[in-house]
Formats: sequence, C-alpha cells, structure tokens
Amino acid sequence: MAEAQGATAATMFEKIWRRHVVVDRPDGYTLLYIDRHLLHDGSYNAFRRLAANGMKIRHPERSFATPDHYMPTNTRDKSTIADPNHKRMVVGLAEHAASTGVTIFDIGDRRQGIVHVVGPEQGITLPGITLVCGDSHTSTHGALGCLAFGIGSSEVTHVLATQSLWQRKPKAMRVNIDGPLGFGITGKDVILAIIARIGAAGGTGHVLEYAGSGIRQLSIEGRLTLCNMSIEGGGRAGMIAPDDKTYEFIAGRPYAPKGEAWDRALAFWRTLPTDDGATFDREVTLSGPEIAPMVTWGTSPEDAAPVTEAVPDPASASDAARRDGQARALAYMGLEPGTPIAEIPVDRVFIGSCTNSRIEDLRMAAAVAKGRKAQIPSWIVPGSGIIKEQAEAEGLDKIFTEAGFEWREAGCSMCVGMNGEIGRPGERIASTSNRNFVGRQGKGVRTHLVSPAMAAAAAVTGRFTDVRRLLPA
Amino acid sequence: MSTEHKQQSRPFDRLTATAVAIDQPNVDTDQIIPARFLALPRAEQVPHLFNDVRYREDGSPREGFALNAPTAKGAQILIAERNFGCGSSREHAVTVLVDNGFRVFIAPSFGDIFHNNSFQNGALPIRLPAERIREMLDHLARRPDASITVDLESQTVTGPDNWTQSFEIDSFRKQCLLQGTDDISLTLTYADAIAAHERRAAAECDWL
Ligand code: SF4
Repeated sequence: MAEAQGATAATMFEKIWRRHVVVDRPDGYTLLYIDRHLLHDGSYNAFRRLAANGMKIRHPERSFATPDHYMPTNTRDKSTIADPNHKRMVVGLAEHAASTGVTIFDIGDRRQGIVHVVGPEQGITLPGITLVCGDSHTSTHGALGCLAFGIGSSEVTHVLATQSLWQRKPKAMRVNIDGPLGFGITGKDVILAIIARIGAAGGTGHVLEYAGSGIRQLSIEGRLTLCNMSIEGGGRAGMIAPDDKTYEFIAGRPYAPKGEAWDRALAFWRTLPTDDGATFDREVTLSGPEIAPMVTWGTSPEDAAPVTEAVPDPASASDAARRDGQARALAYMGLEPGTPIAEIPVDRVFIGSCTNSRIEDLRMAAAVAKGRKAQIPSWIVPGSGIIKEQAEAEGLDKIFTEAGFEWREAGCSMCVGMNGEIGRPGERIASTSNRNFVGRQGKGVRTHLVSPAMAAAAAVTGRFTDVRRLLPA
Repeated sequence: MSTEHKQQSRPFDRLTATAVAIDQPNVDTDQIIPARFLALPRAEQVPHLFNDVRYREDGSPREGFALNAPTAKGAQILIAERNFGCGSSREHAVTVLVDNGFRVFIAPSFGDIFHNNSFQNGALPIRLPAERIREMLDHLARRPDASITVDLESQTVTGPDNWTQSFEIDSFRKQCLLQGTDDISLTLTYADAIAAHERRAAAECDWL
C-alpha cells in the first residue's frame, strides 16, 4: 500500500473519507458516518432539541461529554456558579448525560477538562476515525491522524440522532514545513506563521494536511496545538499523518484498543499516511528554520509577525481595504505603526486553552518562569484535571506560584470568558489561546496570541520578549 | 414534531428587501454575538446582535454602524466582505441574525461552519465575486434604502441598478431550502444504509 502510485495514490484525508461514506448522492452530498462525538456544556441546547423532538440518541456509547466553557476555574463546586444561565449549562449537561447514557467526565472527576484536551488524553481520539464536536477547534484532534471537524448545534442534534452528517467533500491542501525548526520554536509559532502566510480565509473549504520534516519533529502536544488553529486559517480540518510518536502517545489510554485489538488497529493505522504521488488541490511550503517566535499585533490571527519585527504601517498596505482593516485593528489594539513588537508592554498573561494547556506547554512556560518573578497578573489554567495532577507531581505548580503566577483549575477560562473570567477594557493580554478577535477576552480587551514560552517571557519581563534569550540552552 | 423544529426549516423561495452593509472582512461570530450572551434564552439574545460594535458603554447606539441607520429597519439581507462568520461554531450567530429578520447573507466567502449553520436555520448564504460585492457595498453607501431581490429558484441576485448576477448553490441545499426539509427527517430515510455501514465498519475496525 505504501508504494501505491499514480491514479491509485490517495491522500490520508481521501482514505479516511472513503471509509466513512454511507451514501453518495448524485447532487454531490455525502452522508458521512461519525465514529466518535464529543460534547461540552455549550452543547446543552442540542440535547434539549433532541428531547423536544422526541428523538433518541442512536449510539450513546459513541458520544463523550465534559463541561469546560461555563465552569469557573477557581472552584470545583458547581453550586457556587452565580449566573443561573451558566449553571443551567453545566448542570444540564450532566443531567442529559445521565438520562441518555452518554459518558461524562464531570466537574470533580480528574478526567474533566477542555473537550479538545480530554479527547486525545482519554484515547477517544484515534487515527483513521471521523470525530466531530459542536466546537470549531475540533480540528485539534486531526493531529493524531483522524478527520475531525467542528459543527454547529443543529448538526450536533443530527449526529446524536443519526450518528452521521451531510457533507460536501472538502478539497485537500498540504502545508509543508521544510527543514528543522529552530531553538525555542513551538507548534504555536509554526501555525501562526502559516496563518500569516495563507490568511485567515486561506484554507476555506479545505482540509489541511501538515507535512514535512518540521512537522515530524514536533511532539504530539505541538501537533495538537498546530491542528487546533487550522480553523483560524479557514481550514475545515487539520491533520497530520500518524507515526511512532502517535502510537506511543495513544498506547494504554483508557478508550484506545488493547491487546490483539491494538495490533489489528496498528496495522490499519500504518496504511493511513498519504501515498507518495497523491495530489492535493493546493500546496504551500514554508521554510522551517526561518520561523521565529510569533506574536499577533491585530484582531485577526493572520495579523502575526515575528517578535523581532515591528507593528506594520497601514500606509504601506497593498490595497485600500487592507489599509483600512489594519488601521482599524491598530486603533483597537492601541498600537502605533512601526513600534518594535519587543517594546510593547503587556498588562496580563493567560496561559491555557485547548491550544496550549497540555503538559508540554506548562513545562515550557515553567522553564521560563523558574527563578524569575511575574511582573503582571499571570494565570496558568491547565487543560484537564489529569494535566493539573501531572504538573503538580512534577513540581511545576510550585515553580509557577513561587514566580507569582496563579495556578488554577481546568477549563476554557479566559480564552473566551464565557464563565465570566475576562479582562478589563483596554487591558493588553499575552494569551496562549487561538483568537485575538475584538472583544474575545472581554469588551475592549486587546489580545496578543503567543506560545506558552513567549507568554511566560512576557509575564516575567512585563513586555513581549524574544524567549530564546531567556530559555536555558 | 415541535414548532421549534418546524420553524427552523421554514421554506425559502424569493425575497425582495433592503440590505444592511457590513463593509469589513473577517467579521467573526464573536462580533456577531459576544460570548457573554450565549447562555441567555434565544429570545433574550435578539437585541444583542453585534452588541459591542453597535452600542457604546452606556448602551446608546453608535452612529455610523450600519445596523443603527434608520434604513436598517426591516432589512432582510446582509452584505459583507470576505470570510463573513469566521471563528467560533456558535450557531447563535445565525439564529440571532435570523431572529432580527435576516434571511440572506451575501459575501465573497464565509466561514465554513457559519455557512452550514445558515442552511440549518432556513437562511441562504450567497457567495458572489468580490468585485460585485464591492459594487453593492459602494452603492449601498450612497443609497442605503436600495432594495435587492434574491431568487433561489433561478439562483439570481438582482441589484439596485437592475443588474442580475447568478450564484452557485449546492442542489442538495437548494432543494432543502425550497421545500423546508430538515436534515434529520431526510437522513432517517437512509436508516438502512446507516445500519449497513455500521455492520461493515464493525467487522473492519472492531476496536471502536
Ligand atoms: S479553550 Fe477556548 S477555543 Fe478551546 S474550546 Fe474552550 S473556549 Fe473554545
């Protein structure tokens, strides 16, 4: 299979897609089978709609739920949620899960966390499967070699009722990272560099496969970060071919196959990577060694630049629309054109979110924080209860608290602030999350997206700092 | 079936209405409805469409924002620049637009999930060439009360200067909209095919 050539050579996306076609209609629509489905507290309405229509869940054992968006991260006591609407989302999810037989990792369970952290951590996410969730960052899971994408709430109801979805087949695009990444460069820097290149709509209608030596070099955590932000580049999904790192990561996880089933699964997984000679609708290549630590300066993730550069001048934009857009973004961000990024002072730091809250992210941030002092309020919000435990076992929490960082409970927290954890108007936040939209972290808040190492560097210096100067060599 | 379900699949055929122009690219769903309103019951979300760009701190309307113009009243068409509805998958971005009377969104491109969510709520997202959008936005800047006609059957948009532009739409989505069919009822007609797929997959990937 690995030698397949020419007409029979297929992309990994194509192979996974084909195996999941239930019906191909002549009008170009496909009913696609969904192997596994994730739910979070925002999915409460989809459950409710299903019940209101008198429908049943076709396969409760294929859906897994965990509350993440609405639960405060300074407590694990649901009864303290002050806003009744928020409480209804968190409590309602558990009630629906209990009455329908859907597995839930609830508040108080160490396995609870951000849905896109929990899926891979529990071995729910596996190579070769289709996986969906009512959340755009479902693209994260493709890092393990599956087809995973976000859907809307009506589609969540559809999946619960039918275990399938109507889809028009997306196109395939390959993004190659050629050559090794430099010292201190993370998955976050790579994806920000990619989005800066292709634009926030660059991948629209496409599934993105990330390939090349720069990708192979990344840890699974780094790959999850990279695929997470596929949606910020407009991609329907992101994926990376599974390899030995992938299998090692999955082995032994609770919902992953074991024993002889593992051997059968592994033999199948090895057939998944894109065949030599397979063609993509589009292909883009970036040079790995040229990628620097990235910082966003505007209000779209495409507004990203190396920390060594300066805020762009709208006057030199290529066209009027772009000039107006940049000027509007800079006005919101309170930035002057030409300011070196490394001279921008920061008011607050948020390290967390489904992009960057995994153990490796916390280790990198701790390596920078160790023996230094946070100059500004800085939060660390681990992605799951298990990650929190592991970090504590490694003593990372001590490093953070001694450096003046706040160590919190697992959840989405200030990535979107649905639980009320938001910044103040005008506040400038160095954030490891995925969206720097206007008002994303609170009304008037100015978000700059960075890697965990860069966020920690901002915390201990009070401004954006090239982390390569602070990291132990 | 409950009324809620029926309402979501209200048929669409032809519409002549005024339009609101949001002359910006990359309008994300966080702007269309900020996160802090998502837990409210649907009816209470209605006034919060574009909340933070539309209103000042004190709640007074910001002049210059298209939705605050007197001509925006009764508008059923929204026209925007590229990548409209990008970002979060929140379906509230579509439902709050629909609940404010909008049934057609016209832009050079859309966020993929927003595009799908539109069809789930009986709304029609139309992709037109960027130059045509530019013309429409410029025209609306001068004549905000101009009306636009959208005809789904013939797949055409007729603009204020009486030009007619055709648009592409998946015939699957077109039929669902014209008939007001909802996806779940349609899918249930394929129940045998789903069961057959499950038997086949259970034999091939028995670890799932
Ligand atoms: S961490 Fe942020 S982006 Fe991720 S699921 Fe939660 S709110 Fe969404």
